[in-house]
Amino acid sequence: MPSLGADMEAGTLVEWLKKPGEAVKRGDVVAVVETQKGAIEIEIFEAGVLDRILVQPGEQVPVGTPLAILRTDGAAHEPEPGLPQPPPERPPPPERPPPEAPPEVPPVEPPPGIPPEVRPEIPPPPEQPPVEIPEPEARGAVRLQSTPAARRRAAELGLDLAGVRGMGPEGAITLADVEAGAAARPGARSSERPRAGFDPSEMRKAIATAMARSKREIPHYYLTQTVELRRALAWLEDLNRERPPTERLLPAVLFLKATALALRKIPELNGFWDKDAFRPGAGIHVGWAIALRGGGLVAPAIHDADHRPLPELMAVLRDLVQRARGGGLRSSELTDPTITVTSLGERGAETVIGVIYPPQVAIVGFGRIVERPWAVDGALAVRPMVSLSLAADHRASDGHRGGFLLAEIERLLQEPESL
Amino acid sequence: MTEAELRKTVLETLGHIAPEADLSALPPSKDLREELDIDSMDFLNFVIALHEKLGVDIPEADYPHLVTLDGAIAYLSERHVRS
Repeated sequence: MPSLGADMEAGTLVEWLKKPGEAVKRGDVVAVVETQKGAIEIEIFEAGVLDRILVQPGEQVPVGTPLAILRTDGAAHEPEPGLPQPPPERPPPPERPPPEAPPEVPPVEPPPGIPPEVRPEIPPPPEQPPVEIPEPEARGAVRLQSTPAARRRAAELGLDLAGVRGMGPEGAITLADVEAGAAARPGARSSERPRAGFDPSEMRKAIATAMARSKREIPHYYLTQTVELRRALAWLEDLNRERPPTERLLPAVLFLKATALALRKIPELNGFWDKDAFRPGAGIHVGWAIALRGGGLVAPAIHDADHRPLPELMAVLRDLVQRARGGGLRSSELTDPTITVTSLGERGAETVIGVIYPPQVAIVGFGRIVERPWAVDGALAVRPMVSLSLAADHRASDGHRGGFLLAEIERLLQEPESL
Repeated sequence: MTEAELRKTVLETLGHIAPEADLSALPPSKDLREELDIDSMDFLNFVIALHEKLGVDIPEADYPHLVTLDGAIAYLSERHVRS
């Protein structure tokens, strides 16, 4: 059970997407795990053959518990083109010692009970029935077009996904579609409240744990700067005028790219505080803070944000928001962020000063874009502007360098065509 | 497409963005973004969905017409007839 964040202690296995004997390659989604942040798709980081499954659907196990045994001998090691290369120092999850697991958790022993050798052959105990999941054969056809949360909810409701109209990206069936499909069924109970992809009270606990740890352990320092946005917004408006809605960009994507590029110059703000030392991130993977309807938030990674063109970042952002809210985030998206960016959008507050998500060392904030008086050549003008902020870990960096980051972000936002 | 059908399409689209909201109680002339807690990304998804379902081109400059339910229906019926 991989640790999907500083706040995670245990997870419940929902579904295996691979069977024993099946070959897997790095980046494959092998299982779905229910966490405090909803249903998460677990990716595998090494190629091989799934040998044995150790944890059955419905079982909750602590972080660090092996979920399955992967056989890596043979010629199974082929790199997966097109996937971001994981940092070389990162071992595959099944062997990784759990960074946050309490010491009494045995890191390598499977949970007590039935001997592992016989597990794959026996069904899960009847007194704790797992969620009904369609057979893999049937699922194969459906899988590409529906999110795990949607499949799970459909199974709970006894709803056939074939009859649900998908409104997600490329017609994918999302949790909302399943709820809508269930509500439209004859005899549907109207009292059934639509369920989000996560449990709000569990999400609250996860945030409480992580933020309390942050304020307890991290000596934050804070910097703010006002950034004038006339050129950036005019450039964006021109660009969007020529494009259909599906290809339009939001100001947020400029903020994201500018931050990612600026971090190349101030790398000590991109990474982790780990065992009394700074460990730089392998790549600039920006955790994008997404508020969830009904409360809570999650900040999944946008991998290699500094290398991606704006239209691609926008597509990733839209997809990520959809999956964060509907279920279906991937494990790497929760474990990989090397910094967090929070952008409040057009209805947010004017300024945000963030709380660092441990073990990261910085969070960059953008408030709502507002029009304010601005001095231009000794006279006043009205200009759009945004309040930019940095909260950073004083153990890893000093305000002098932090100021450089804000200055570089500001500079990049004055040259939107360079983003 | 009749106005009633347009209304249904708009409400369905909003239902996907704000699944927990009671849309039958949505005040038709109030700002949707406030009423349904819709952010910039949600609003863009609203525009995209309407564009795809109705084949109506909605320039960014026209977004202010779409911020209320009544405004959106009036705007879309006019654009829909023309296209």
